[in-house]
Amino acid sequence: MELIDLLIKIALIIVIFVISLVVAMYSTYAERKIAAFFQDRVGPNRAGPWGILQPLADGGKMFLKEEIIPTNATGFLFIVGPSLAILTACIGSAVIPWGQNLEIGGRVIPLQVTDINVGILYIFGVVSLGVYGIMIGGWASNNKYSLLGAIRAASQNISYEISMGLSIIALLMVTGTLSLGEIAKQQHGFWADGYFSWNVFKQPLGFLLFIVCAFAETNRSPFDLPECETELVGGYHTEYSSMKLGFYLFAEYINMFISSAVMATLYFGGYNFPFMDLIHSPNLVAILGVVALFIKIFMFIFFFMWVRWTLPRFRYDQLMDLGWKTLIPLAIANIVLTGIFMTFFK
Amino acid sequence: MSTFYFIAFLSIFFSILVISAKNPVHSILYLVLTFFTFTIHYILLNAQFLAVVNFIVYMGAILVLFLYTLMLINLNKEAEPVKPFMVKIAAVFGGGILAVALVSSLKLLGVSDPVVLKNPDLGLVKNLGKVLFNEFLLPFEISSVLLLSAMVGAVLLATKEKEPKATI
Amino acid sequence: MESLTRTIQAVPLNHYIFLSAIIFSIGVMGVLLRRNAIVIFMSVELMLNSVNLLLTAFSVYRGDAAGQVFVFFIMALAAAEVAVGLAIIVMIYRNTNSIDINVLNRLKW
Repeated sequence: MELIDLLIKIALIIVIFVISLVVAMYSTYAERKIAAFFQDRVGPNRAGPWGILQPLADGGKMFLKEEIIPTNATGFLFIVGPSLAILTACIGSAVIPWGQNLEIGGRVIPLQVTDINVGILYIFGVVSLGVYGIMIGGWASNNKYSLLGAIRAASQNISYEISMGLSIIALLMVTGTLSLGEIAKQQHGFWADGYFSWNVFKQPLGFLLFIVCAFAETNRSPFDLPECETELVGGYHTEYSSMKLGFYLFAEYINMFISSAVMATLYFGGYNFPFMDLIHSPNLVAILGVVALFIKIFMFIFFFMWVRWTLPRFRYDQLMDLGWKTLIPLAIANIVLTGIFMTFFK
Repeated sequence: MSTFYFIAFLSIFFSILVISAKNPVHSILYLVLTFFTFTIHYILLNAQFLAVVNFIVYMGAILVLFLYTLMLINLNKEAEPVKPFMVKIAAVFGGGILAVALVSSLKLLGVSDPVVLKNPDLGLVKNLGKVLFNEFLLPFEISSVLLLSAMVGAVLLATKEKEPKATI
Repeated sequence: MESLTRTIQAVPLNHYIFLSAIIFSIGVMGVLLRRNAIVIFMSVELMLNSVNLLLTAFSVYRGDAAGQVFVFFIMALAAAEVAVGLAIIVMIYRNTNSIDINVLNRLKW
């Protein structure tokens, strides 16, 4: 690999990293504003105009607070927990195609860090590793509530991973490839060969299953049982304070961002937007594509928050029932239906 | 080349830690690291599919299940009863003799050819899928029955027996 | 990916066999050494994995995909084994309040 290519890659990685951190930071602000809107309040409005400096104030508070490590905690693992949580949240962005190739001065710059041909499985693996951060942190705190939260997180993640994987299998039957870049390319434009080209119109049930599982995997309400305040004090991060707590909360928002990006790429056409063939400059299409992808991502993030401030939390046995007795049979039925449809109508 | 030896050293190092760590939870975390080095070995061999499946199945599912069971049943009970010292010595000795016997008998074979990737597409999903669904279709179907029976067995084993209802 | 795979080409097959043999022996040692049923189970997983690595190395050496398919089957088998095995361990714990294998020499509790 040439040096200049390497530099471009590194720059791309840094840009993506910064963007996901900034989006996660402002998601906290957006969440509080949206919560305020839903509850007919004003929300944060003191730090800067309309309170837009609120995330910085929060971050400053997190950094400056006293760092408490409980005496009975397992020292090293107590620190590893939040670090692992944020690490697994961040590395998922490596395979997401953020846009079409840019061409600057005859040099083609792909807006994707790496297009490995097992991209979806990579995302899946990273998601399944995410539970380690929570489990290690919960166990190392040496607190009953933390441990219960960690156990809940683990069983919830494993249960919902199954139906997530099954819903992806149905999608793979349609696309015929595991590479995310290829899947995004296939959904070009909005209308092709007499039908919508976005996968959500080919896999509506699969998308529904996937989004429910995404809620469960990111531990968002209505599936936020691992950190359920009314039962478990703070859940797995009961004993955490200062920036370690901040890492856990931050990891949740980054996870939300990454899973929104994955959903947008897999089902909602990724960087494609309607009437993109009418624009003739490829660079303009690429830039507009990035904008379109981010609009989709923000809509998903809004949806996550909308659900959180609308629906009450599930009870734990209801959560398990939904996962095992409803979603998995539905996902299997979806695979069978997709197979029948592909055999007889194509 | 040196990458392989470094990763191999890490694999052996972490697997020794797995069996020597006092706390079972630490053992499991070392096992996670060991399996991670195995994933790197697979990537070095360009077996991408196996690397990712190893990642998902072993690190993401099986070891989480181990950790889960351990947290569920052995809450804060630190002290695992240890075997007598002589038994430990004997165990290490026995395992060591097995290793020495295996390695020395293999040593007699002399240095073999280097591992050369003849077909770079070998470990890709496309190629493996074709082999799996042509030559190995029957074993594949049978393994699904195996998984189903394992699931039923696990559910059956883990459910509590219901108390017989008291008849009045 | 390409530059990564080129690094492997100078490693003799024997060294893969040595690595697998050593890790297998460590697994055997673990089974003999520990009394915690879960750790013993983990040692068995270690042994299975060393075999997986060896099969993959052979498969690449021979240029035959069958070896990697075997690894896939071993992984499916390991998943089934873990599900049943851990259920048995949970069951034992419920009855004896311990996962020490030396408790299991009793025929009745």
